Amino acid sequence: MDYATLLQLLDTTIRLATPLLFACLAGLYSERAGIFDIGLEGKMLMAAMASASVAYLTGSVWMGVLAGIGASLILAGIHGIASITFRGNQLISGVALNFVASGITVLVAQRLFGQGGRTPPLEGDARFAPITLPFAEALRDVPILGPLYYEVISGHPFLVYLGFATVPLTWWVLYRTRFGLRLRAVGENPAAVDTAGISVVGLRFAAVAITGVLCGLAGAYMATALQAGFGREMTAGRGYIALAALIFAKWRPVAALWACLLFGFFQALALRPDVVEGVLQFKVPVTFLDALPYVLTVLVLAGFVGKAIPPRAGGEPYVKER
Amino acid sequence: MTLMKQFLGAAATLALTAGVAAADPAIIFDLGGKFDKSFNEAAFSGAERWAKETGGTYKEIEIQDEAQREQAVRRLAESGANPVVMAGFAFADALTKVAPDFPETKFAVIDVDWLDLPNVLQISFAEHEGSYLVGMMAGLASKSGTVGFVGGMDVPLIRRFGCGYAQGVKAVNPDANLVMNMTGTTPAAWNDPVKGAELAKGQKAQGADVIYAAAGGTGIGVLQAAADEGILSIGVDSNQNYLHPGSVLTSMLKRVDNAVFDSFSAGAELETGKVNVMGLANDGVGYAMDENNASLVTADMQAKVDEAAAKIKSGELVVHNYTSDDTCPAATF
Repeated sequence: MDYATLLQLLDTTIRLATPLLFACLAGLYSERAGIFDIGLEGKMLMAAMASASVAYLTGSVWMGVLAGIGASLILAGIHGIASITFRGNQLISGVALNFVASGITVLVAQRLFGQGGRTPPLEGDARFAPITLPFAEALRDVPILGPLYYEVISGHPFLVYLGFATVPLTWWVLYRTRFGLRLRAVGENPAAVDTAGISVVGLRFAAVAITGVLCGLAGAYMATALQAGFGREMTAGRGYIALAALIFAKWRPVAALWACLLFGFFQALALRPDVVEGVLQFKVPVTFLDALPYVLTVLVLAGFVGKAIPPRAGGEPYVKER
Repeated sequence: MTLMKQFLGAAATLALTAGVAAADPAIIFDLGGKFDKSFNEAAFSGAERWAKETGGTYKEIEIQDEAQREQAVRRLAESGANPVVMAGFAFADALTKVAPDFPETKFAVIDVDWLDLPNVLQISFAEHEGSYLVGMMAGLASKSGTVGFVGGMDVPLIRRFGCGYAQGVKAVNPDANLVMNMTGTTPAAWNDPVKGAELAKGQKAQGADVIYAAAGGTGIGVLQAAADEGILSIGVDSNQNYLHPGSVLTSMLKRVDNAVFDSFSAGAELETGKVNVMGLANDGVGYAMDENNASLVTADMQAKVDEAAAKIKSGELVVHNYTSDDTCPAATF
């Protein structure tokens, strides 16, 4: 494998890791506040459909992103009402919302455009254009680092950079702000938070709303940057891979970045069986590469790579003592 | 409710006017859905053409998952539809179970040629011939000498596309380098445009400047990525030239619409118990030329391809069929 191929692989990795990263951080906020959310997939799908439809109809990708966030927030709100207000089972609510999203996206897109649940292809301003970072052209000829900067780091759509910027932001919010401290506390010991006079319900709703916004960005990225339009089930299980990444990262933001990059790298490798064969000198089935993220997650859960301890109050609705 | 009334009303009128009402034909679409802009959409347009020309009505089912195949075939046969047309090789197993239970019903299945059932017409296309022609065109249009192929699900049928394509490329440029990828090994591979786009970008990185997508809905992503990256692509099944004018070099036409139209037209008199092979000679396959790709195909290219087409029709040139012996002289899978 030569250097150019490696850069190509890393470039693909970044493209494919971005939706995972958004979804993974989305899940992180929710689960750190004690609300399990396996509805990431559904929210992404909903956001993808809404952003592609609105971007097509208005011709503006920014309106599309807003619509995607809005659609995702609606699902997040329902999840919140079901699992926080009515203390329903969080897993069931998440699964139900995934089914709803899977059906309703196709229904709405079919009603709007009549193309079999697909939106028309987006063009021009209805799509995110790649951004060339400053000096990328000038530094291109610098050995080693020049091509790395030009090929891998520069030339992605805005949302990719936003996604990577969200990682330090999340770290700062979680570990350096009062809100973050309370958010983590409400996921570990909500009774203590309640005793301190802080609203558990309010904090959890805030966390679920942040999850909605980030899932909206993930979906919008898929429909308006990675692809040019929405297609049926286009998220293809990325919400679940993001959940796997979250467990792999043990619910920590910076580790989540590495987990998503690793899983993105596996996806990129699965696209280039020739490279894998060239490096290892034997043929690896593509299906094995596809399955690697899940295999790794199982290993982590089984305790082979350190222990993954979820937030202690995760999955439990909070009932105030009387 | 009003829709239901309309249906009932229409059915009643039909029954009254026709005396002995002829049974409606029916069609089942495969997982890509009838608007996949490719294989299923071709089948759909054939059915629509029949409905428009004859004024008849037909029943249809779009299956949503694997488990529905047998159920869908059985339900349509029970409803009295005749003939029942299935778009896709994946219906072969379901059909083997259901067809013997309905000896009076005629079935037609597309892309299958290995069954032995008296009331089933199997329609198979010589995709290797059509793919050979677009392969020649890819070889002639490529400046880098590297061309790509993105298949859908890794099944012998798709290897037949790839093998014909590879032979066509090598016929005009023996030194050409071929990059071949399959999207996956499950039916989800027919509907994953994101992966299609990434595969196309990967192939471009390996030097490919013409990419042939034989992958149903996944191909939409391949064509999109090719247009984004400024290279050429080749569509499949339906004419996909219009999707990205100036970027889609041509489309390998597979006249699934004709197969459906003919089956519907034959109605209950459909000749079954045999295999219909639709090749270049009987216009079952071909390549698409229209105003969207006129600037991409030179007269010289077209002349060479047409010459090969004539030779294939006359039998002078034989394109190797992958599924005949599961090997390909021009490419490895």
